[in-house]
Amino acid sequence: MLKITKYVWADILQNRIVLIYTVFLMVVSFTLFGLDSNPAKGLMSLLNIVLMVVPLISVIFTTIHFYNSYEFIELLLAQPIHRTRLLLSEFLGVSSSLMTAFLVGVGLPVAFFAGSATGLSLVGAGLVLTLVFVSLAFWASVLTRDKAKGIGLALLLWFYFSLLYDGLVLAILFSFSDYPLDKVMLVLTMLNPVDLARIVVLLHMDVSALMGYTGALYQTFFGSALGTVYASSILILWAILPLWVAVRVFRRKDL
Amino acid sequence: MIIVEHLTKRFGRLTVLDDVSVTLQPGQAVSLIGPNGSGKTTFIKCLLGLVIPEECDMRVDGQSVRDHWSYRDKIGYMPQISRYPDNMTIRQVISLMTDIRQGKNAQLDTELIDTFGLPALYDKTMRSLSGGTRQKVGACLAFLFNPPILILDEPTAGLDPLASEILKAKVLHEKANGKLILITSHILSDLDELTTDVMYMQEGQLQFLESVEWLKQKTGETKLNRAIARLMATHDSATKTEADKPVRTLF
Repeated sequence: MLKITKYVWADILQNRIVLIYTVFLMVVSFTLFGLDSNPAKGLMSLLNIVLMVVPLISVIFTTIHFYNSYEFIELLLAQPIHRTRLLLSEFLGVSSSLMTAFLVGVGLPVAFFAGSATGLSLVGAGLVLTLVFVSLAFWASVLTRDKAKGIGLALLLWFYFSLLYDGLVLAILFSFSDYPLDKVMLVLTMLNPVDLARIVVLLHMDVSALMGYTGALYQTFFGSALGTVYASSILILWAILPLWVAVRVFRRKDL
Repeated sequence: MIIVEHLTKRFGRLTVLDDVSVTLQPGQAVSLIGPNGSGKTTFIKCLLGLVIPEECDMRVDGQSVRDHWSYRDKIGYMPQISRYPDNMTIRQVISLMTDIRQGKNAQLDTELIDTFGLPALYDKTMRSLSGGTRQKVGACLAFLFNPPILILDEPTAGLDPLASEILKAKVLHEKANGKLILITSHILSDLDELTTDVMYMQEGQLQFLESVEWLKQKTGETKLNRAIARLMATHDSATKTEADKPVRTLF
């Protein structure tokens, strides 16, 4: 299984888009840390960029890559190899190469300027977010044979989790403001991996004013340590579940 | 040996394969022909397990195809369109395939790689290769592991005359070695020298599977393309007339 992963990983790392992605992340990180002598502020700004850019690139790149490798996947499936294994190898190859790009682009500067627990949590959140959105992209890709539809669905997923969801939550908060919504909010944040990643990082920052409603909730409900464990485990679930569904669909799929 | 019984496949309401049953023996070189959309590629994909049929009993060398994958060890497949990851080199593609099939075929058949002169291009990336060269790589991969069954989907379509002759010579050679070869092609003159049997499909149904000698004798023609054209004409007028059109335009 790791054989295919190895080749996919090496192939993607030479891809021009992934190189640009790496350089972009690196330039942004160095610039943000260079702007202010306080690395905590740099981390704060970097967090917002990571939460936007990492899901977008992961989801779009993975979908395009999947459709471009369609003929190659077909050829590999004509070899003695199990479908589940092939899809998991592809997943590992794509996600590990994007994670490598992220580690180089954000991990290095963070280690250089802000090698604290907060910095570490930001890098961790970025890595898990990559996994989550690569997983979602695989699900979108196996659902349809049409490249345009697949990419459209992938974009829609990003749009929903990064932009729409917050608006929906605000609308719920606003219209039910007469009721106690603490527990409801805990459930609602669980349903959005981007929110969860934000909370994981914010729990490590000493910026309660910036934590927002949900962050403060996690703080009071679980405290820093338990809140991190809880949010991280649900994030991992977010990475596993779409992939599991994708594997199930792929096993019965006509190529 | 390939045994297919009652193979039926539908895509939505469209029946692509309709109760196809055939038995193919080692040493046979079977030409799978038929108009566009007659289900040739779907038939091949069913054999390879790429398309999962509704009902069917398919066995390759005694092993059931359904929900299994190890039987593909016995099949070399050359797809109609060869596309590989952009930044991989020919060397990497070949070593990846060797890795996947490792230990199952100790002896590699590199004859085709050498006659195509691929070693000179080993370190070029797939992106920089022409369509024809990629097609050559596809052909080499099909023959590389010395499989007893070869499935070639439009093998000569993108190849130059020289490469196409090399490939044909290789197919003849393997046929003489007692392998089972299944070829689809629209270029009937290419198939003439290669095939022992013709499998004709139309609208998802198997029309006939007969030996070339039988076909030529029955029609009194010496060329395969003429023999098939004549046979289809009589076949159609005898069975159904609405199928007349696609056949005329094809040949």
